[in-house]
Amino acid sequence: MEAFINHKGLVAPLDRANVDTDQIIPKQFLKRIERTGFGEFAFFDWRYLEPGIPNPDFILNDNRYKGASILVAGTNFGSGSSREHAPWALLDYGFKILIAPSFADIFRTNCFQNGILTISLNKEKVDHLMGMASSPKYAGYQLEVDLESQIVKDENGFSEKFDIDLFRKESLLKGQDEIGRTLTSEDKINSFESSRIDRW
Amino acid sequence: MSKTLFEKIWEPHVVDQIDDDLALIYIDLHLVHEVTSPQAFEGLRINSRNVRKPNLTAATIDHNVPTSDRFNIKDPIAKKQIETLRLNCKEFGVPLYDIDNINQGIVHVIGPELGLTQPGMTIVCGDSHTSTHGAFGALAFGIGTSEVEHVLATQTLVQKKPKTMAINVSGDLPLGVSPKDLVLSIIKEIGVDGGTGHAIEFRGDVFKKMSMEGRMTVCNMTIEGGGRAGMIAPDEKTFEFVQGKKFSPKGDNLDKLMDTWKNLYTDEDAKFDANIDIDCSNLEPHISWGTNPGQVVGINSSVPDPESYSTPEEKSNAQSALDYMGLEAGQKISEISLDRVFIGSCTNGRIEDLRAAANIIKGKQVNKNVRAMVVPGSGLVKMMAEKEGLDKIFTESGFEWREAGCSMCLGMNPDILVPKERCASTSNRNFEGRQGKEGRTHLVGPEMAAAAAIEGHFVDVRDWK
Repeated sequence: MEAFINHKGLVAPLDRANVDTDQIIPKQFLKRIERTGFGEFAFFDWRYLEPGIPNPDFILNDNRYKGASILVAGTNFGSGSSREHAPWALLDYGFKILIAPSFADIFRTNCFQNGILTISLNKEKVDHLMGMASSPKYAGYQLEVDLESQIVKDENGFSEKFDIDLFRKESLLKGQDEIGRTLTSEDKINSFESSRIDRW
Repeated sequence: MSKTLFEKIWEPHVVDQIDDDLALIYIDLHLVHEVTSPQAFEGLRINSRNVRKPNLTAATIDHNVPTSDRFNIKDPIAKKQIETLRLNCKEFGVPLYDIDNINQGIVHVIGPELGLTQPGMTIVCGDSHTSTHGAFGALAFGIGTSEVEHVLATQTLVQKKPKTMAINVSGDLPLGVSPKDLVLSIIKEIGVDGGTGHAIEFRGDVFKKMSMEGRMTVCNMTIEGGGRAGMIAPDEKTFEFVQGKKFSPKGDNLDKLMDTWKNLYTDEDAKFDANIDIDCSNLEPHISWGTNPGQVVGINSSVPDPESYSTPEEKSNAQSALDYMGLEAGQKISEISLDRVFIGSCTNGRIEDLRAAANIIKGKQVNKNVRAMVVPGSGLVKMMAEKEGLDKIFTESGFEWREAGCSMCLGMNPDILVPKERCASTSNRNFEGRQGKEGRTHLVGPEMAAAAAIEGHFVDVRDWK
């Protein structure tokens, strides 16, 4: 996993609540056995009227948001299925940071595992960012995120501190392999197993 | 100190307390299927790692498998994914319940059937409906593929300790109202993210009176309310269910485990982080009208008016759901006509569900405008149903009787809706496109789905003959 330290990028607004992982990556694309190449299928049913024909009404098809790397969305983003194909698709599409009032638990963990930073801010703040990113007046609206200081800010005076578990923060900063870290505690796993009752 | 059921399972599974919130916990059972595992096995290969405990791991093929002509998989990408699971299981020594095995089926149906699912366990699977196994008083939750790899390699998982939530249900379920109706009404009450960050315990006499199948239906849908896990304290019904199966503990092990199982309940003065009280005495059969499982109403209600919601966000959510579903505000639920009926899935594909549906439709004919399908949750469920003659009841009524698999619950196999088709489904998600692009899903219990197949529209099973 690539280390995440700070990032500045173009913001795209997706003003919907409860965006589920079936929307982020529809089921027909889960049959592949690779981790890569899911970006072209991200939000497939919203993004295309039919395969190859972009839906002009879908926000990410607006040229203004081409190259966006920060997605601002409504509450409970990533609900539903545990498919890690959803963060794989978002990452491959180009998103490194997701900002929403709340995220579904499994999706949030899956994002961390792939070096995507999820930032929960209160709804008023998210609505503000949604407004800025949507407003023609602020075309090209960017946010800058510094993980070390846990600050997200723009050039117009918005600056907000966000919460993150210390362990997750350090893992992101180092781009650490979680399995490798766990295996350094292997003696504890061995000792746990030696006192466990066999189930079968 | 007094403890909740959740704490009584969590604490003895902590291998290493990483910080105040996070712990490395031991996993007793890891269930694996073809869709969320290939990249995990590939990760092991790249890093020259092994599966630490193949005997605590069990795999099956369920999402992609066709429910007719199942040995002839026409989709080359699905076929490759299934073949990849076979090769991975062989290479890493993981037991696989393949298509030709009577124990093949939906992963959350076969775990309990095999006796793999037991009280007090930690159970994970790369599938959000792993919460099903909480019906046995286990801590069971869905994980992503990176975590699947972590469990394969270490038999442990780094987890943030969830908060606890009690959903206290008072009253008895009225006649003709099913556990599915209860859980749909609970999700409506707490909202689709009401349980986020929480391990939920379902409490109350109604759950004690409920069969194990009914408890599985309730726990299965915990994730639709955002819950990290759902659980019900084990009792004599649970202890009886888990014995006499292929992997049931025996002899001394059973005695030792039974002692611990009998302590798996929330102590009287233990505190939960959140409490929800619900009375089910006047509950009606429930049906989803929208595009998330919290958008549900009783059978005698009408499609809600988006303007009746308080916030602009709720109004716009409701309006876009109506647009997608092709419904009008104020339309009577009983006047919604159907093209398809699907009975099956890890929510309602067990023997008791099929019995309940068969009981409703016996001697009647499926409406001429409806195509109806029954898909048993596993090979064993199918065998049991055929022994009881349920298959004949279904086929004589005009239902299709299929082979075990996830089928139309998520349309990763040939069973899908065509655009704008409307389906009464006993599955768990009515998300846009879930059963097929532009397909319109209404979630219901098995009795309601069965009666709707006969009438061609929704009816109240309580006064329907």
